Amino acid sequence: MTTVLPSLASGLASVALAASDAVVSPADPRLVQVALVISVLLFVIGLIGFLTRRNMIMMFLCTELMLQAACIAFVTFGRMHMNASGQVFVIFILTVAAAEAALALGLVVLLYRKRETLSSEAWAELKE
Amino acid sequence: MTHLATLFPSLPSALAGDGDAHGTAHRAAEGAAAAATWIGGATAHPEYSWAGWILLLPLLSAVFCFLCGAFRVKNKLPALVTIAALGSAFGLVLTLYLKYDPTHASGPMTVHLFDWIRVVWGEKPGQSFVADWSLYIDGLTLFWMLFVTGLGTLIAIFASEYMESDVGGNYCRFFGAVGIFLFAMGSLVMGGNLALLYLGWEGVGVASYLLIGYYYGKPTAVAAAKKAFVMNRVGDLGLLVGIYLTWRHFGSIDYATIFKACSETIANGSHGGDWTKGLIPYFLMLGAFGKSAQIPLFTWLPDAMEGPTPVSALIHAATMVTAGVYLIARLYPLFLLHPHALHTVAWIGGLTAFLAATIGMMQYDMKRVFAYSTVSQLGYMFLGLGVGTTFGACYHVFTHAFFKALLFLASGAVMHGFAGQLDIRKISGLRNVPGFKIVAWTMLIGCLWLSALPFTAAFFSKDTILLVAMTDESHGNRILAWLGLLTALMTAYYTFRVWFRVCGGETAYQPGDEAHGHDDHGHDADHGHGHGHSHGHAADAHGFHPHAPRFAINGVLLLLAVGAILAGLPGLIEFLKMGPNWAAEMIAASSATIGVPNLTEGLAGGHAEHAHHATVLGMDGHTAMFLLSTVAGFGGIAIAAYYHLVRRRAAETLKQALLANPLIGWLPRALENKWYVDELYDALFRYPIVVFGGHVLAWIDRYILDGGIINGIARIPAWIGRLFQPLYNGLLQGYAITMVGGIGLILAWIVYVWMKGGI
Repeated sequence: MTTVLPSLASGLASVALAASDAVVSPADPRLVQVALVISVLLFVIGLIGFLTRRNMIMMFLCTELMLQAACIAFVTFGRMHMNASGQVFVIFILTVAAAEAALALGLVVLLYRKRETLSSEAWAELKE
Repeated sequence: MTHLATLFPSLPSALAGDGDAHGTAHRAAEGAAAAATWIGGATAHPEYSWAGWILLLPLLSAVFCFLCGAFRVKNKLPALVTIAALGSAFGLVLTLYLKYDPTHASGPMTVHLFDWIRVVWGEKPGQSFVADWSLYIDGLTLFWMLFVTGLGTLIAIFASEYMESDVGGNYCRFFGAVGIFLFAMGSLVMGGNLALLYLGWEGVGVASYLLIGYYYGKPTAVAAAKKAFVMNRVGDLGLLVGIYLTWRHFGSIDYATIFKACSETIANGSHGGDWTKGLIPYFLMLGAFGKSAQIPLFTWLPDAMEGPTPVSALIHAATMVTAGVYLIARLYPLFLLHPHALHTVAWIGGLTAFLAATIGMMQYDMKRVFAYSTVSQLGYMFLGLGVGTTFGACYHVFTHAFFKALLFLASGAVMHGFAGQLDIRKISGLRNVPGFKIVAWTMLIGCLWLSALPFTAAFFSKDTILLVAMTDESHGNRILAWLGLLTALMTAYYTFRVWFRVCGGETAYQPGDEAHGHDDHGHDADHGHGHGHSHGHAADAHGFHPHAPRFAINGVLLLLAVGAILAGLPGLIEFLKMGPNWAAEMIAASSATIGVPNLTEGLAGGHAEHAHHATVLGMDGHTAMFLLSTVAGFGGIAIAAYYHLVRRRAAETLKQALLANPLIGWLPRALENKWYVDELYDALFRYPIVVFGGHVLAWIDRYILDGGIINGIARIPAWIGRLFQPLYNGLLQGYAITMVGGIGLILAWIVYVWMKGGI
């Protein structure tokens, strides 16, 4: 946290700088830094949520968070290389994620109907 | 009678043990012009490429017949097309014979049709394998093709009426298979290399299999087809190995190349190559024995009589089974590669002739008697080849083809008329049954010819063989000749046993157990016990009317009788000193003469060799043989007449007396059971395979291969899995932590390497 916070501070500063300045270099390392830090934070939040919660819906939402963290990283690196591929990928990911969300929530509903609970511990016998 | 000696065709022993070089030198000195020129290479004659139609026509007719089957043709169209195609093929062969005239041509002719197999991997001889569709045409080829296509046409005409109860899909199938057979036989005989011979060899095997198993609803027919196929595989493997060894030693499988090399070898008197060269004749011989039903592979032919009778006549009497004789005659030079090869052929042939004749005497099924007589006559042909008279052997093939086809077709007509009845104890006095006169009397001609009575065709051909064997004192050939004479006596006996039983005596008959004239003789199992009243209430002539043969059957029988008579003409012409023997000329103009001295002696008119002829019983060989075979023929007929015409009950009494005699009672039993050869083969080959394969190998498979090795390997992953199984607790978060921990470890390692400056 000691390294993250200063970089976050400098990143926010650079955003402010960008807002004030008319011309910002597309590959400005400060911008990239800020965006990546946000991505990492999002990912870690998702990860911790996934590991600590037992509610399947919450776990699913946490995986979605991690996915969006990856999306931010994609866009950032695309911006860094002045390449649209990152954004194209993200569009794809969003599409797939929409479908996947429908599927996953459907699954959760079915699982709930079987056990009358949303806890993932109810399905521990799948270990064999 | 006194100058019979000088008239008779004289063919002294070709192969005294001291080698072939001697014989060739001898012939060279004699200057037998025709034979000498034939040793030279073949000449290509592309203008004769129309001869390819001889092969193509039967193939096209087969395709047409199968198409008829596919389109459900319900009339005799397939028969008509087949007859037309085979007749045209016969016409083409005849044209080829007249145009080419092998007896006056300067050498064998090759006709290249198209390229087929060409594998070349080097420049040197032996570094290529070339087998084109080419024809090799000489006297032997045309001699064979003339009777193959001629008889094929006649028998197709016969079958068009005989098979009429099957009109429809089966009728198409039958004629399609006949077309395939004629195509394959043509390829076998006319092909210019051993690959084509092998193709034809297997093709006739397939056709034979299809036609033996024609009545596929009958278990005995299916078993017989399978037996024929399996036993022929044994022989065919020998042929295949023989062809391979031939290619290895001569660098080619083309007849022209092989014969050229052979002639040079014989002339130089040296056999190059290693010892495997001497194996070539033995392997080829095995193939010939399989196809021509000789010891030890003869048991399939009698069973092959399960097929429709026209098939028995065409394939299993007249043409296909003579392919072995053709093989040896065609590749005669190769049989000189080992000094004892031909002696082996002679002994196998002589013994087969004798053994089959003994079995034939005790069978009650008409077709089976003739089947064993076919095996026996084929034995004579091999005896002839073995003692060096290729002419005698091939001429016997020719004459035999006619009278044996006649006999089979006559017994087929009886079956056709009497609802499948073939038991000679259940039909009598056929000559007086209305509508069967032609059948009975043409059958008599066939029987007389088979008995080789004087001045019949077989008399000239068979006695040529026996004379040569008799006058050759080496390697026990004389013993074989005496055995052959004894066989001739038995032949006359069993042949006329059939005729006197079926055609002689008072008219009485029982129909067979087939409602619609199908072939059937699957009831031979109950032949062994001498009861003649088993087939129940239909045992009188009142409820059953024989179905008299009509135009096609009678016409073909008459034509074949004429053919059988004419087949003896060449021999008769020579006998009466009116000219050379046509058959001898044909065979002389072929590869069957290479290494055979004095074959053309009769042609040259010289009888200089007579001086060293052995005497037989104090007489000149010719006179003695004439008398001996006459006595044998008439003796056999007399015995048959006594037991089966004059005093039929005496035969049964004699049999009972023999069976009751403890000393020789086993003999008639053994004969009726075909010397227990089938049982012997079962014990030697089938049961060991069944026991070994069914029990020993099955145990190894179940407990060692499956149980030990395969399942053992399969257990390894299961054990490993059980080792790590506790790691899986079933909680999603547990897995996620493991995953994150793994990623963390990987990251830590990457960072560690990075820090050290590794990346």
